[in-house]
Amino acid sequence: MDARRRARSAWLFLAPSLAVLALVAGWPLLRTFWFSLTDADLGGMEETRFVGLENYRELFSDWLWWLSVWTTFRFAIISVLLETALGLGIAMVLHARFAGRGVLRAAVLIPWAIPTVVSARMWGWMFNDVYGVVNEILLKLGIIQDALAWTADPRLALPAVIAVDVWKTTPFMTLLILAALQTLPDDVYEAAQIDGARPLRVFFRITLPLIRGPLMVAVIFRMLDALRVFDVFYVLTSNSNETLPMAGYARRKMFELQELGAGAAAASTLFAIIALFTAVYLVAARVRVEPEAT
Amino acid sequence: MKRALLACIAGAALAAAGGASAGVEVVIACGSQGDDQSACQAGAEAWAKSTGNTVRLVAVPTDSSQQLTQYQQLFAARSSDVDVFRLDIVWPGMVAGHMVDLRPHVTDEELGRHFAPIVKALTVDGKLVALPWFTDAGLLYYRKDLLEKYGLNRPLSWPDLAEAAKAIQDRERAAGNRRMVGFVFQGKAYEGLTCNALEWIDAFNGGTVVADDGTVTVDNPRAVAAIDFAASLVGNAAPMGVLNYDEEASRGAFQSGNAVFMRNWPYAWAKAQAADSLIKDKVGVMSLPPGGPGGKSTGTLGGWNLGVSRYSTKQEAAISLVKYLTGPEEQKRRAIAYAANPTIRSLYQDPDVLKANPFMGRLEETFLNGVARPSKKTGRMYNRVSAELQTAVHGVLAGSEKAGPMLHALAGKLEKMRRAGKW
Amino acid sequence: MRRSVLQRALFGAVVALIALYTLFPFYWAVVTSLKTGSALFEVEPWPRAPAWRNYPQVFEQQPFFTSILNSVLVATSTVAVSLFLSVTASYALARVRFRGRAPLLLMFLGVSMFPQIAVLSGMFELIRWLGLYNRFPSMTVSYLIFTLPFTVWVLTTFMRELPKELEEAAVMDGATPWTIVTRVFLPLMGPSLVTTGLLAFIAAWNEFLFALTFTLTSEERTVPVAISLIGGGSAFELPWGVIMAASVIVTVPLIALVLAFQRRIVSGLTAGAVKG
Repeated sequence: MDARRRARSAWLFLAPSLAVLALVAGWPLLRTFWFSLTDADLGGMEETRFVGLENYRELFSDWLWWLSVWTTFRFAIISVLLETALGLGIAMVLHARFAGRGVLRAAVLIPWAIPTVVSARMWGWMFNDVYGVVNEILLKLGIIQDALAWTADPRLALPAVIAVDVWKTTPFMTLLILAALQTLPDDVYEAAQIDGARPLRVFFRITLPLIRGPLMVAVIFRMLDALRVFDVFYVLTSNSNETLPMAGYARRKMFELQELGAGAAAASTLFAIIALFTAVYLVAARVRVEPEAT
Repeated sequence: MKRALLACIAGAALAAAGGASAGVEVVIACGSQGDDQSACQAGAEAWAKSTGNTVRLVAVPTDSSQQLTQYQQLFAARSSDVDVFRLDIVWPGMVAGHMVDLRPHVTDEELGRHFAPIVKALTVDGKLVALPWFTDAGLLYYRKDLLEKYGLNRPLSWPDLAEAAKAIQDRERAAGNRRMVGFVFQGKAYEGLTCNALEWIDAFNGGTVVADDGTVTVDNPRAVAAIDFAASLVGNAAPMGVLNYDEEASRGAFQSGNAVFMRNWPYAWAKAQAADSLIKDKVGVMSLPPGGPGGKSTGTLGGWNLGVSRYSTKQEAAISLVKYLTGPEEQKRRAIAYAANPTIRSLYQDPDVLKANPFMGRLEETFLNGVARPSKKTGRMYNRVSAELQTAVHGVLAGSEKAGPMLHALAGKLEKMRRAGKW
Repeated sequence: MRRSVLQRALFGAVVALIALYTLFPFYWAVVTSLKTGSALFEVEPWPRAPAWRNYPQVFEQQPFFTSILNSVLVATSTVAVSLFLSVTASYALARVRFRGRAPLLLMFLGVSMFPQIAVLSGMFELIRWLGLYNRFPSMTVSYLIFTLPFTVWVLTTFMRELPKELEEAAVMDGATPWTIVTRVFLPLMGPSLVTTGLLAFIAAWNEFLFALTFTLTSEERTVPVAISLIGGGSAFELPWGVIMAASVIVTVPLIALVLAFQRRIVSGLTAGAVKG
């Protein structure tokens, strides 16, 4: 009796969220899937015809698409690794007690608080090859001989974009990890201290496993965000083939080349790739979607 | 609620007062926030006062492709939210179906005042999609003082330019000015690169990518030579960073005194001569040089125009506004106040205009002989053509490909589009 | 725990490094915001002739104050709706066993996998159909597509960690699920609500693409769009000084917000409840 009633109330609780998502996410997503099966063109929408999987066939034979897949994954994996490591480090520092902690906490959030289009421009400004401050400082320190074209040189562009993205999104990881750290019970630490355990050991054996849940959630959301990256590349780099993420490819198809159908196919494939990746990740990291014993 | 009710009563009262209408509100999208828009605002409000109507301005993004996307979304929704649109010279082919034909509303004499090539570019299948508002062409800026210092003359050809740029760059750097570069232009893969590429190709007499009759002409030895030449500049006379420069980035390098030559639009002149400019009175302007003895001096045509939306509910008033703004009085005001290049030929001999902008007199030649992007012929497909051209050229500039195979592949793609009946 | 002088010095160095890394671009933005014209191209630690003029100019050129108001309105409403919907949803997903729970969680996650660029056209149609074009609810509604899955997932994770004993005790007292959520769990979720809310607020505050597409007039625009629309004397010109001034103006309230709420993040009031 109880279990059934509880299940029913659970669905009742979920209903509003599901209704909202059905409207706000369901319709646009389905529309995009529909477009991917047509030859819709932004210049003349009236002549749209159904073309089946034609767009997908063209997509998979396009080397530029596969290049963008590779670029995106390289970017995402490196970025998220760096962000997690940095986020963990900074969160641990913020978790400790010291004077000025509150101010540092606020300061750490600033990169996240600045709109992406603005911070990407700011960094583009700093990375400028002729009068940017990054080159200026590196030249003064003697680390480089000639000014580098950070955002234009195909070899330097990806590291530059990663640097900006890591700077911008580390606060996200920091904050979530910090919140998780704050909920940890103190008694475990006290016990460890009494036992004389070394800090590094405490971190890896006690802290990390305890914040595993929230950490994994933070990582997965960051990973999803990173795979869908668009803004940073668009604003910072030269729109060349080497610096085109998957979302950038979709956008180019849809808005620059006006091929709405082909762009929708790219976007849908992006979605499928991300879904596949998530499934693999969830299984491999053994993230429990279901809690153990409730 | 109460306010709406009061408005209704007031409106009814006005209508009941009979006679002339209370004037309509025309919504116009004609510039981005800042001076760009306020330039338009003054003119629009002058019209409003003289006709008893009102105007409302809608700010647009500074990036022109974002503007186009926004417009297209409004068109797809058949929205009557905006009556008058500012259109880039390459858009008519793409938006013709959504604009009102202005031909029946202008006299031959009125139309004949403007530069013929521009009017031609704005006519799609006999339909006049927009009226010319102001125009632009690619120009070469150079540092008079540096040329003098090293005893060089203005370049007579592109190879001349390359030599001079590299020579001055190297000598300045040896003298301790390590930030100096020879030549800056717009090399990022966007519409600006299309303009630059077209200039190179035309300067070497390599045609215009797609000819007036629709044939794809880009795969020819002169065009290949042009693009290979441009690629040889990158990393030599031009910095690597050029691959990511747009108009402002290249102007920044020139304005800060760190470049000898710059290719840019006329707007950069006003900036160079600003009161606090580091290069004030040190800058000269000329047409881009020919590619060589068999080439021609050219400049890609730019410019903005005004059209009326087919979905507008106030077309008569909107057309009246457009005619006013593109008329001689308003164009002259803009030329004097904002250095905007008029599209009306006679203004280039107007003494007031020339007093404010001394070098505008020389520009008439450029506007008559400039090269237009193949937007007219390729119509709806122009964006695609431009995007393919950009990617091809950018690849060659970045050094990863050679012009020969790239232009050949490009021609193949464009041919496929043409054969599919796209133009 | 007493730390040696060396350890404290090292710790201090680390703190300084973190601060430098995080704040340098912002400091550079402030420096740039005080420059105008050709001074923008000079590289110096502090402008020779600070152009304070840039700041009032931000407000003179466009209805920037209105934009800030719009952003506050949009972000607050988005967070409010998201949190409200998520609290109940996450209770169901975290504490109640029922069939279809795992697929539902995955579906919420799945919605986050779509690039904004792709759903733009469909979303535009939806907004026009709802009659919300060029009005701020258009953004509240469309932002739910990325805030709702996020808040649901994060709150679910936090809610799972809450102790079972409290719930059982409440059930024993005959409490309905609604009471359990509002009376028992909600008070304990302070830090997680604040953290999640803050992150969602910032995401909504910074969103650009939808805000650009669904608004037409300056009075309805939000801050990121208003900043991106700042133009100069010509179609190409970007007045960097003014743009940076606008960015600084916009970041400061967010910092204030964070400073105001960071105590809540810290309070760790769960500790008491857990031990008890």
